[in-house]
Amino acid sequence: MSRLKDTLARGEFVVTGEVAPPVGTDVAAMRRSAETLGPHCHALNVTDNQAATLHLASLGACRLVLEWGFEPVFQQTCRDRNRLALQSDLLAASALGITNVLLLTGDDPRWGDHPEAKAVFDIDSTQLVRAAAGLNAGRDMHGDELTGATDLFIGAAVFPEAEPWDIQLARAVQKVDAGVEFFQTQAIFDTDALERAVAALRPRGVKVIAGVILLRSVRTIDFINERVAGLMVPEAVRERVAGAADPKEEAVALAIEQVRAIRGIADGVHIMPLGLDGVVPRILAEAGLT
Amino acid sequence: MIITKPRDWTRILGNLDEVGAKRVFIMGCGQCASVAGTGDEKAILQAKAALEQSGREVTGWAIGEVACHLAAMRLETRKRHGEIESADAVLVLTCGSGVQTVADSVDKPVFPGLESVFLGNVIRHGVFEERCQMCGDCVLDLTAGICPVTTCPKGLLNGPCGGMWAGKCEVLTDRECTHVRIQRRLAEQGRTRVAEIPAKDFSKKLKPGSINMRAPKDEGEGKP
Ligand code: SF4
Ligand code: SF4
Repeated sequence: MSRLKDTLARGEFVVTGEVAPPVGTDVAAMRRSAETLGPHCHALNVTDNQAATLHLASLGACRLVLEWGFEPVFQQTCRDRNRLALQSDLLAASALGITNVLLLTGDDPRWGDHPEAKAVFDIDSTQLVRAAAGLNAGRDMHGDELTGATDLFIGAAVFPEAEPWDIQLARAVQKVDAGVEFFQTQAIFDTDALERAVAALRPRGVKVIAGVILLRSVRTIDFINERVAGLMVPEAVRERVAGAADPKEEAVALAIEQVRAIRGIADGVHIMPLGLDGVVPRILAEAGLT
Repeated sequence: MIITKPRDWTRILGNLDEVGAKRVFIMGCGQCASVAGTGDEKAILQAKAALEQSGREVTGWAIGEVACHLAAMRLETRKRHGEIESADAVLVLTCGSGVQTVADSVDKPVFPGLESVFLGNVIRHGVFEERCQMCGDCVLDLTAGICPVTTCPKGLLNGPCGGMWAGKCEVLTDRECTHVRIQRRLAEQGRTRVAEIPAKDFSKKLKPGSINMRAPKDEGEGKP
């Protein structure tokens, strides 16, 4: 069962949030995060060793999120596991009641905290989507029949602002053909780029949930521009946050504008609070979403 | 060709110490390691000087014509039997393959003198780049002659990944994304890209590789 899927199917606008598992076993902060964001979201993404940095496993954290009363989106990257492990984790997800999955390539380990690690990339995210679709149909990647199929709601990432767009779009379409049902995007600053992505993908029967990131300070922006793959905060946004008397309030105001704009374009919004969990309810309320 | 580079010299000296080697024979290679300048006469003489400086004696040296050729290496080491016999160990300035043919040809402890790093293209003299990982299931027919297995740092068959920005690679930010290059070249040649390259069959490249050209051929395999 997926509330995310059902809500999208009804044509309603959805909100997803994001929680990060701890680097360790103390899940208290993650729980606080889930309890702050959860009541305002249809589902919460749980990141998978984000930025190629060791964290508690996404699958286990998803189960905790479920037990705390919220619906998780299990993020799975191709970086750390081969096709056996990826498929068996998807089977486990299904058996544990985790339905939503976001299937990603994953950042390269040479940027993470274990640069000595072997990057796996046995398969890529298109191939993983196809594998997940196969599990839903009751077959594994090798074509053998499963004792009990999965019931996954299959998501993937799309990057509307990444040029060259024709090549980016071709990749997204390839993922749709492989079995993607919804996309979540990287943070969006250029709504024209989002519009062009939605216009190209929606007719293919997929939903697009657009990303919003909370930029609490110039330091955060510089960190993103330097270290986060596939995302560049435009100079105008940086100047706006830099010039504000209260940068945090400016970030909130910016997010409200972005959520409002996205509401008129996409099928949902994905909020990445980067630690500013507490302001998310206010952003959603002021954007008219609660 | 096989690209080799110098190995940590203190580790080499440590290896020789472990077996108490005071007298050393050096073997180089006339092929890749000579082109790379890591196992040619100059490199051997440098190693010889360094060994002598560390208080060791070099009993002799040779450049195997093709160090990875087992029969040829057996012959080469037989020719240098006296110098090798009087040594306590052999230091080999070749790729790991060559080190092993030497180790199979002599009774003495044999140590690698180089690091073997990749199968490389010579871009120009002294500049090497990895373009093929010998995956056993070549996709260059689908990718306009640009290898995604090797030149995409993640080895993705389908791309670009989410890190691509303005056509550039997420990992090697000064390079164009392999998948952008592939799709551009395909378009330039008026070719359509395959919808999706299926997951790689890694059973095509199981370790250790082994081929016997003398064995009877499978039907449909091999000859044009
Ligand atoms: S696909 Fe790449 S790694 Fe494999 S054989 Fe061809 S060039 Fe080499
Ligand atoms: S940006 Fe392109 S070349 Fe670089 S890792 Fe991603 S897909 Fe591979």
